[in-house]
Amino acid sequence: MSWPAVFVAIFGAVAAISAVAVVLSRNVVHAALSLVVVLGAAGAIFLVLGAEFVGWTQILIYVGAIVVLLLFGLMLTAAPIGKHALDNQQRGVAFLTSAAVFGVFTFIIWRSFGSQRIHLNQVVRTSDIGRSLFSGYILPFEVVSVLLLAALVGAIVLAKKD
Amino acid sequence: MVAALFAQEAAGATHVANIVTRNAWIIPAIPAIAVVLIWALGKRLPRGGSEIGIIGMLAAAILSYVVLANYIGGNGPLVVKQLQWFPFGLGQKLGLGIRMDGLTAIMFPVVTTVSLMVQIYSTGYMHGEKRFTWYYTALNLFTGSMLLLVVSNNLLQLLVGWELVGICSYLLIGFWWEEKANSDAAIKAFITTKTGDIPFLIGIFVLFASTHTFDIGQIIAKAEAHQIPTITLTAAAILLFGGAVGKSAQFPLYVWLPDAMAGPTPVSALIHAATMVTAGVFLVARMFPVFEGSVAAMNVVAIIGAVTMVLAALLAMVQDDIKRVLAYSTISQLAYMMAALGVGAGNAGIFHLYTHAWFKALLFLGAGSVIHSVHSNNMSEMGGLRKVMPTTYWTFVVATLALAGIFPFAGFWSKDEILTEAFRVGYGSTAAHGTAWVGYLVYGVGVLTAFLTAFYMSRAVHLTFEGEYRGAGHPHESARAMTLPLQILGVLSVVAGFVGIPAWRHGFAAWVGVGGEVKVSSANFWLIAISLLVALGGLYLGRRLYMPAPATEPLERLGWFHTLLVNKYYLDDFYMNGIVKPIRDSISQAMYWLNQNVFDGAVNGAAAVTRAGARKLYDNVDQKVIDGTVNAVGIGTQDGSRFLRYIQSGDVQRYAAVLFGGVAVLVLLFTLVFR
Amino acid sequence: MSLAWVLTLGAFLFSVGVYGVLARKNAVLVLMSIELMLNSVNINLIAFNAWFRDSAAVGQIFALFIITVAAAEVGVGLAIVLLVFRNRKTINVDEVDLLKW
Repeated sequence: MSWPAVFVAIFGAVAAISAVAVVLSRNVVHAALSLVVVLGAAGAIFLVLGAEFVGWTQILIYVGAIVVLLLFGLMLTAAPIGKHALDNQQRGVAFLTSAAVFGVFTFIIWRSFGSQRIHLNQVVRTSDIGRSLFSGYILPFEVVSVLLLAALVGAIVLAKKD
Repeated sequence: MVAALFAQEAAGATHVANIVTRNAWIIPAIPAIAVVLIWALGKRLPRGGSEIGIIGMLAAAILSYVVLANYIGGNGPLVVKQLQWFPFGLGQKLGLGIRMDGLTAIMFPVVTTVSLMVQIYSTGYMHGEKRFTWYYTALNLFTGSMLLLVVSNNLLQLLVGWELVGICSYLLIGFWWEEKANSDAAIKAFITTKTGDIPFLIGIFVLFASTHTFDIGQIIAKAEAHQIPTITLTAAAILLFGGAVGKSAQFPLYVWLPDAMAGPTPVSALIHAATMVTAGVFLVARMFPVFEGSVAAMNVVAIIGAVTMVLAALLAMVQDDIKRVLAYSTISQLAYMMAALGVGAGNAGIFHLYTHAWFKALLFLGAGSVIHSVHSNNMSEMGGLRKVMPTTYWTFVVATLALAGIFPFAGFWSKDEILTEAFRVGYGSTAAHGTAWVGYLVYGVGVLTAFLTAFYMSRAVHLTFEGEYRGAGHPHESARAMTLPLQILGVLSVVAGFVGIPAWRHGFAAWVGVGGEVKVSSANFWLIAISLLVALGGLYLGRRLYMPAPATEPLERLGWFHTLLVNKYYLDDFYMNGIVKPIRDSISQAMYWLNQNVFDGAVNGAAAVTRAGARKLYDNVDQKVIDGTVNAVGIGTQDGSRFLRYIQSGDVQRYAAVLFGGVAVLVLLFTLVFR
Repeated sequence: MSLAWVLTLGAFLFSVGVYGVLARKNAVLVLMSIELMLNSVNINLIAFNAWFRDSAAVGQIFALFIITVAAAEVGVGLAIVLLVFRNRKTINVDEVDLLKW
């Protein structure tokens, strides 16, 4: 195995274990911090696979902003501190459904892409992303800006006290 | 996806493009940067931001002359550079680009130098204004937009510059918007030019439909190679000319320009004398091969030019407001340029644009100097200012002589070239295209207008500067900031014409090369003599009638004709009463009556008939047959739902579980079963 | 490295996220699980981009947009959670079930 593959495997394992911790942990803050680990590991995987801009954006936005937002959400809604039972009644059904989903996806993946290999020989530079984003994909870019504006306004309107 | 694509052509050039010409986009960029700087820093600077504007414009002007150096002597380079921006379907990409040729190289110095003079002048004229910084911001925004318009290499970018100068004109005319008359004038200017912009836009699309490109170079090449059908060229040319009629104030869309004098006088000098209004002339010159391909379009241009020039000159004779005299004069001179283009004398038209910019700007700035001094626009309140304001007087006189076309001032050379070309087209002995009778028409009207021009300017000079002072104020010479531009422009009004004299092998025409060729005929002594005599005659008549300022206006002896002129041929009234009011009042009332009585009446009648028939149907069919069925269905549904509704448990996660389970099943189905 | 294994990692994270969405009581934890799912999609896209190597890097552009939309969604989602908390004094998803028979 080449070094990139080793790193992807390590970070992948870390991500997988932490993801399980997110959904099974009985302490909400532990769950949130495990999410940080997952997101960070995902960002690291992006970097190894040659997506430098997306990787750092992932760290910046997800770990830096979204997780903080989620922690604020926990704080403001009086989350239970310490160990609690955080799961609901349909744990069994949930496990079955997610196992089914995983099974189906894995089946399809291995059927279609089982023999494909990733050949890492380039890093996509930020300038390439920028060039692509601002010429060919300028329209979705503008639309997403409007979307963010709408989300911003919507969040403020929803959450303000009146 | 490659986003940037640079293409550069330098066609058969004796001169190699120098570094400024190759990067000519920097010249419009300088005022654009100045706008941002003035807006951000202006209020904090000791002179309210005018320093930034003047230094910027000086730099732009110097660079413009460096570019011009490439083109002096003819055979200048053609530089086309563009950046492909984004694709918009039909396989096209929208580009941003520059196109440098002789025409652009002449426009640059004109725009930047006049703008520089106006900005220097405004430090004196607008001193103490509370919106001084905003004024400079708008002036620089205007100059940047005009330069963008001039340097564009595709029609959409040109349209952007076109609209931007329209907006700046609106902002600057309505600078003192606290007076309703001023904001009305700004709106009138905007709407009237917009009326011309609609056919302009359609014309651009007509050209695109035929050539599949917005690029000016490619359109011109296709037109010259006869790859565009004549009918398309005619339609497109006339539509494009619509925009020029609006922007360059030709008949019938000239009504906005006299009202636009409500703005500050330096604004009138810059925008409504030398730059924005010449954008229409520039457009026709830029797209000249498109026009040349259609004799009908050329004739339309020439005839409208001829009609406008004399109509406006007549109107200028009866004005009391000195700025309105100059406004109508501008309309008339622009018509000269249009008529010249219409008979195929593109170089002569642009030559006149160039000389006209100097002396018309000078006239406006001089008028501003007078207005600033006596605090009134009306010539009936002026007089005798010659002794008190000598610099203003002498520069004004120089400009008047240039405008009237007296040897050896600038206007003489350009006006005579136009008249000579027009006559030659009529005579049929020149390389320019054109229909014979149109050529003679333009020549005849041009000579008549030259006489009128000399007359009304002489009238203006005498009423303003000679005789005794009739007003109530204390007139004085203006500050150095205001007289310096007057002197510089005065020198230019004298010497600027020398670049086009016949002895120099019509150097100007060779530099500009409108339509790609140099087509100039040699000078004719008799034609020159006629036009000189006519101009001198006009000047003399003005002096005769107005030298001792008469008690009553001598032109009133023309009776009904005078009344017609004072009421501006009732054109404004026609627009208001014939177009605006009927639509607003009468037609809407009529439509309302139609709606209430005819349409609603028919509807109500139909309703009554239907009601009677429905009653019958209701009693028999509806109550017994249909209702019975419906009731049965309803009771059945109710019983069924009483049993089914327990599915909706209110627990979102249960719904989600079913959803994901369903997704897994469906994915499996689609991959395995449905191939 | 094998493309399929990276995609399998993505699929695994996705299913873990699905479990979290279905099995957790606290609404904010549900939101966290949704973030897990979105990240798994991102890993998928970046893996495909690394495999396909097109000049426009469409996969990465798409992933960027997903990150942006996720941010917007978390913002609005938390606003809704706060509002529910203000009205019902609880964010237990089980207890917000008035819309039923």
